[in-house]
Amino acid sequence: MLMRTDRTTANRFAAGSDKVRPAVQLDGVTKRFGGSVALHEAWLKIQPSEFMTLLGPSGCGKTTLLNLVAGFLEADNGEIFIEGALVTETPAHMREIGIVFQNYALFPHMSVANNIAYGLKTRGIDKREIGRRVEEALALVKLSGFADRKPRQLSGGQQQRVALARALVIKPKVLLLDEPFSALDKNLRGSMQVELKQIQRELGVTTIFVTHDQGEALSMSDRIAVMSAGRIRQIAAPDDIYRRPADRFVASFVGDANILSGRIVERQGDSAIVAIGDVRVNLAAAPIAALSIGDAVDVFVRPEHLTVTAQGASNALRGTVATQVFQGDHVDLYIDAPGIAAERILLRAPGIAMLSSCPAGVEVGLKIDSDDIVAFPPGAAP
Amino acid sequence: MKRSPAATTLRWLGRVLVALILLFVLLPGVVVAISAFNDRAILAFPPQAWSLRWFWRAFSYTDFGKGFWNGLTVTVWASSIALMVGSAFAYAIHRYKFALRDLLEGILLSPLIIPHYTIGLGVLILASQTNTARGFPLVIFAHVVMVLPFVMRSAYISLQNLDTRLELAASSLGATPLRILFTVTIPLLLPGLLSGWLFAAILSFNEFTATLFVSSQATQTLPVAMYNYVREFADPTLAALSVIYIVVTAALLTIANSVLGLGKILNVDAH
Repeated sequence: MLMRTDRTTANRFAAGSDKVRPAVQLDGVTKRFGGSVALHEAWLKIQPSEFMTLLGPSGCGKTTLLNLVAGFLEADNGEIFIEGALVTETPAHMREIGIVFQNYALFPHMSVANNIAYGLKTRGIDKREIGRRVEEALALVKLSGFADRKPRQLSGGQQQRVALARALVIKPKVLLLDEPFSALDKNLRGSMQVELKQIQRELGVTTIFVTHDQGEALSMSDRIAVMSAGRIRQIAAPDDIYRRPADRFVASFVGDANILSGRIVERQGDSAIVAIGDVRVNLAAAPIAALSIGDAVDVFVRPEHLTVTAQGASNALRGTVATQVFQGDHVDLYIDAPGIAAERILLRAPGIAMLSSCPAGVEVGLKIDSDDIVAFPPGAAP
Repeated sequence: MKRSPAATTLRWLGRVLVALILLFVLLPGVVVAISAFNDRAILAFPPQAWSLRWFWRAFSYTDFGKGFWNGLTVTVWASSIALMVGSAFAYAIHRYKFALRDLLEGILLSPLIIPHYTIGLGVLILASQTNTARGFPLVIFAHVVMVLPFVMRSAYISLQNLDTRLELAASSLGATPLRILFTVTIPLLLPGLLSGWLFAAILSFNEFTATLFVSSQATQTLPVAMYNYVREFADPTLAALSVIYIVVTAALLTIANSVLGLGKILNVDAH
């Protein structure tokens, strides 16, 4: 069961003062395809120069939102503003938006230079100026000297740089990135992320980035809008999303989380004390405000927030190591703790000491070692 | 690696089968080609004596020359008109959802089902009802009707292979719909459209049945002229003409293939 998140939740998490005119603003935008709602009343304010990520699984409405901002789709309800101007009914070619598609969508019959020049030509800029700006854009993406190549003669990473240059050369009001890294191999992806982020910061271009990869979202964004089933679940800075997820969906979708069963034992103002087995943890009361003392809750604990302690230590959970997985710089321990967690608990221990000290079958104590623990009313799948 | 005797046998059987199929398909062409070099004025096979004189006659017989130029006129006009009409319809059917869209598609593709003599007869009846002269426009009209489905198919397949994100990208870069059409859509469809035109041209140039109905002495195309010839003479001139035709068409297709990449357009490429 999903927690209902509506415009009030979204507004509560929307950062930035209202004095600054948002670069992009969505006021209750809804989009339906046939009978199904692809995007349900999206409220979103993106500040100038902000890197905003739309994060969610496929079919969550993030690409629909992007297409609505680009003008490729028409909203059924609500209004869209770009730099304060109402653009809800403005056709795509008049919105001055740069977009990089997942497959880059470079014009195959044009050279790299002509691809980049395309948006300048439509603006009727004179030839010499176009030449200068194309050179500049090529230098920006480190592809000087590739001007006369055809897209098919370039590698995936190079094609992506051309697509980026083509989108940026028109000095767009907003840069839209639709899963631009998903076609790249892992190593290249990492370096392209760093480079894109650097270019974005240098130019200060407002960016909306669509991805289903939470790692990408956490590492690149100023703020993240987590989406699911056509709704924006939470809008917040990456560390807030990770440390203080607004609901079960966000807690499970972003980062790994163990779900432990607890019971509310006490309430003190903004915080509540929850018992998990014999262990008591202090956590924020807001998400479980609707519940009373004695009610069961699901406690979300990150794998790195658990530490192994001696078996029988006070204020520790008990479990049995089921498997250990060596990950190079850390060790993942999978621990059986019946009665506390329905599924195996994942514990992430830095270094390699755990490899020898916690072999499979050994009984261990588990300490919860963080303030960033959240609890939600119990539910089935997140 | 050693192959088992059974596998070897199968492999040889396969080769023999392929050879037989090729022979079967090529046999008529081969027989005609050989007959073209027969010295005697009968269509006998195999020839007893050899000569090139029927090639000379094929070139010098005035009805053939006239038929060739008539056919070329009809072909160029019919294929070009069909290209414009057909690609416009293909675009509409591919891009827009509208009432009766399926019906329109069905009607436009129906010449694939309706026999050519029906089309010829129909056009002839229409022409006599409206007192239209049996000139080139009439022949061209009948040919447009017949080749339209092929051009449409070709344009439709090209449209389906076109990534619509290219047009979206162009639109985000500030291009108006008309500009996108001329700078992105048409250039990318061009190979498909040109190959559609080429197939239409070959079909139109070869078309006989419907043309027989709608052409006159003044507008008869090469196939009709050949038909009229064979009613009077039974010498190997037509065989010689066939050889010329096959050689020229094969040459044209080879050139077109290397320039346009027909395999890609016809979706017969392995990748």
